[in-house]
Amino acid sequence: MEKTAKTLSDLFPGESGIIKEFTDLEMSVKLMEMGCLPGEPVYVERMAPLGDPIAVTISGYQLSLRKQEASTIILV
Amino acid sequence: MALVGNPNTGKSTLFNLLTGLNQKIANFPGVTVDKKTGTYKLPTGQEAQLIDLPGAYSLYPKSKDEAMLLEVLADTKNEIYPDVVVFIADATNLKRNLLLFSQVADLKLPTIIALNMMDLAKRGGVHIQIDKLAQKLGVRVVPISARNSDGIDTLKLAISETSSLATQTDTIDFSEFLNPVALQELQTELGVKEPYEAVLLAHQYGQTSFLSTKQKEYIGAWVTAHGFKSQDLQAKETIARYNAINEVLFDTVKTDIQPLGESYSNRIDRVLTHKFWGLGIFMLILFTIFQSIFSWSAYPMSLIEDAFVWLGNTAHQLLPAGQLTNLVVDGVLSGLSGVLVFIPQIAILFAFIAILEDTGYMARVTFMMDRIMRKVGLNGKSVVPLIGGLACAVPSIMSARNIENWKDRIITILVTPLVSCSARLPIYTLLISLVVPDYRILGILNMQGLTLMAMYVISLVSAVLVAWVLKLIIKARERGYFIMELPVYRMPRWKNVGYTMYDKVKAFVFEAGKVIVAISIILWVLASYGPGNRFALIDEQFANPKYTQQFSPQQVANLKASARLENSYAGVLGKSIEPIIKPLGFDWKIGIALITSFAAREVFVGTMATLYSAQGDGSRTESVRDRMAEARNPDTGELVFTLPVAFSLMIFYAYAMQCMSTLAVVYRETKSWKWPLIQLVYMTAMAYVASLLVYQFLK
Repeated sequence: MEKTAKTLSDLFPGESGIIKEFTDLEMSVKLMEMGCLPGEPVYVERMAPLGDPIAVTISGYQLSLRKQEASTIILV
Repeated sequence: MALVGNPNTGKSTLFNLLTGLNQKIANFPGVTVDKKTGTYKLPTGQEAQLIDLPGAYSLYPKSKDEAMLLEVLADTKNEIYPDVVVFIADATNLKRNLLLFSQVADLKLPTIIALNMMDLAKRGGVHIQIDKLAQKLGVRVVPISARNSDGIDTLKLAISETSSLATQTDTIDFSEFLNPVALQELQTELGVKEPYEAVLLAHQYGQTSFLSTKQKEYIGAWVTAHGFKSQDLQAKETIARYNAINEVLFDTVKTDIQPLGESYSNRIDRVLTHKFWGLGIFMLILFTIFQSIFSWSAYPMSLIEDAFVWLGNTAHQLLPAGQLTNLVVDGVLSGLSGVLVFIPQIAILFAFIAILEDTGYMARVTFMMDRIMRKVGLNGKSVVPLIGGLACAVPSIMSARNIENWKDRIITILVTPLVSCSARLPIYTLLISLVVPDYRILGILNMQGLTLMAMYVISLVSAVLVAWVLKLIIKARERGYFIMELPVYRMPRWKNVGYTMYDKVKAFVFEAGKVIVAISIILWVLASYGPGNRFALIDEQFANPKYTQQFSPQQVANLKASARLENSYAGVLGKSIEPIIKPLGFDWKIGIALITSFAAREVFVGTMATLYSAQGDGSRTESVRDRMAEARNPDTGELVFTLPVAFSLMIFYAYAMQCMSTLAVVYRETKSWKWPLIQLVYMTAMAYVASLLVYQFLK
């Protein structure tokens, strides 16, 4: 996968993007089950007090995930 | 009947609503996953059996809890294989909820949907056309609000009217990504009716308990022969299902632009997960919990203890004197007392935990603490058991069940008893008052207080260090995820809080209680019987006028008790371990105390009282302390309890697993003797080495 692609972990709180694809197949299965699907808009709500994990709003609810997990989500 | 749904959808509220107190919690065979079953009366008068399956997001499990869904729903020979599935869905988040529904629907069990949180959905601007949705899915959809008990009667009626035929419409076409001929082959071989069942088994045959070895071998060969790529297919299936769900929802659900429910929850989060305030508030909450377990439980605990003392005395008076009475009173009753005395602490801790879980705050705790705790091999949720451990390890270890990840949970369970619990306090205060002078540095810092604080700091640091070491040793069974829903904040449901307290207390009393009573009886035997005719000789010796004239009857009784303990099996054991514990600075009397206090640390004080024939009993600390302060080694004439000995002893109690209730509860929580044994061994080894270092260094 191209390293330069923008991922969810690059976003700051208050920023949003649209999911394009995933870099990790195993992770993608879990993420998609939780509603993170390609084409779905995602909005970063906040970071944990220590900067990791992050909380995002996706398909109408809030999800928290680690930055390392967010970095497998490539945005459009 | 089985209750199925995503986590945080109000599943347990609905379960409690339907069954009330007619519920039972057991474990699924072989695993520590709660199996909640209950009964309730259908409108027809029939009794229905309901099983509450663990919440899951899909039929592809990420944890042991989630794996139970497939075990129950796909094994038709299972005794709890349901006739009807009640699928509970959150109306405010229908899309994600319907993913699991669409999977469960493909197992073709008769299903109805209980559409929960209708009130929240309405307020949040979500408009659902129930009839159209029901028609498209092919099942009955009953709108409810479990929190307000709305729609429950309609749901009960709907359940009783469900036919034995599955009516749901087909969801996705498997031939898009699987060879239909190959799938048919697999179905025939395994004898399963539904194609999706065969698909699920092909994905998960490795962890499925109900398949025979021959079936597993067949599936293994089939998977290789057809190039079945599990994860790839899961991804494809999930996308296909979501496409189908979008198709269903597109003209049945309309959402207004700005959902209301989000914003108030976000406003709370801005404070509660704030960079600075968030952690502060969390510390404050932890402190409140710790204080409450400590202070609120003190009164009921002493009440329980007093009741047992009274019961014991009364029994001694009423029953004929003899060993049988002694066994009942000093063995069984004291064991029971040791079990029941934990009830207040368990109830209080779980009331708090239920409130934190129910409001949605626990998810934020995990969110905030994940980064720090992950570094040392723990989980954001480990914070609660660790802090609870300051009061008592028993309820805290039970609370580690909230940690989904197996490895994180085991590590939390293994290190929680290192945290200095309230039972160590009497030992610390006794020993500190014995050797640490009561003076102040700089006018405010009391030396004794500082020493006590140091013991607490040592315990917490050790717990973290051991966790870090265990993280490197223990292998993970599953990949650690942190993809977790942050549910909207809600008011706690007091009924649920009550049920949680009731369940946890019951589980402890009946399961850990058995082990505790058994060990109490063994320890009683060890302390009340001696080899040969030693006891008879002691009786003879103290019947001698030399003693009866010189001492009061009370003093004679004290001396006799001391001599008996010295010559009992426990005493003999204490003496035989003296060479081993000598390098730690302990003599055989301390050895006896180490053995008797294996049941519970606080017994140390009582044993010291008996050994040094203190006036009264162990509850009068000053008298024990004075006797111990005077104690001298009969051979050398040196004081027994010097500073190095006292510190070595404190460190020993800080690390040693001197608590059978904890071992019993670890056995219950891990369902094997392996972990309690590992814990016992590593903690005792640590205690020995640390005490040795302390004594040899200070000597």
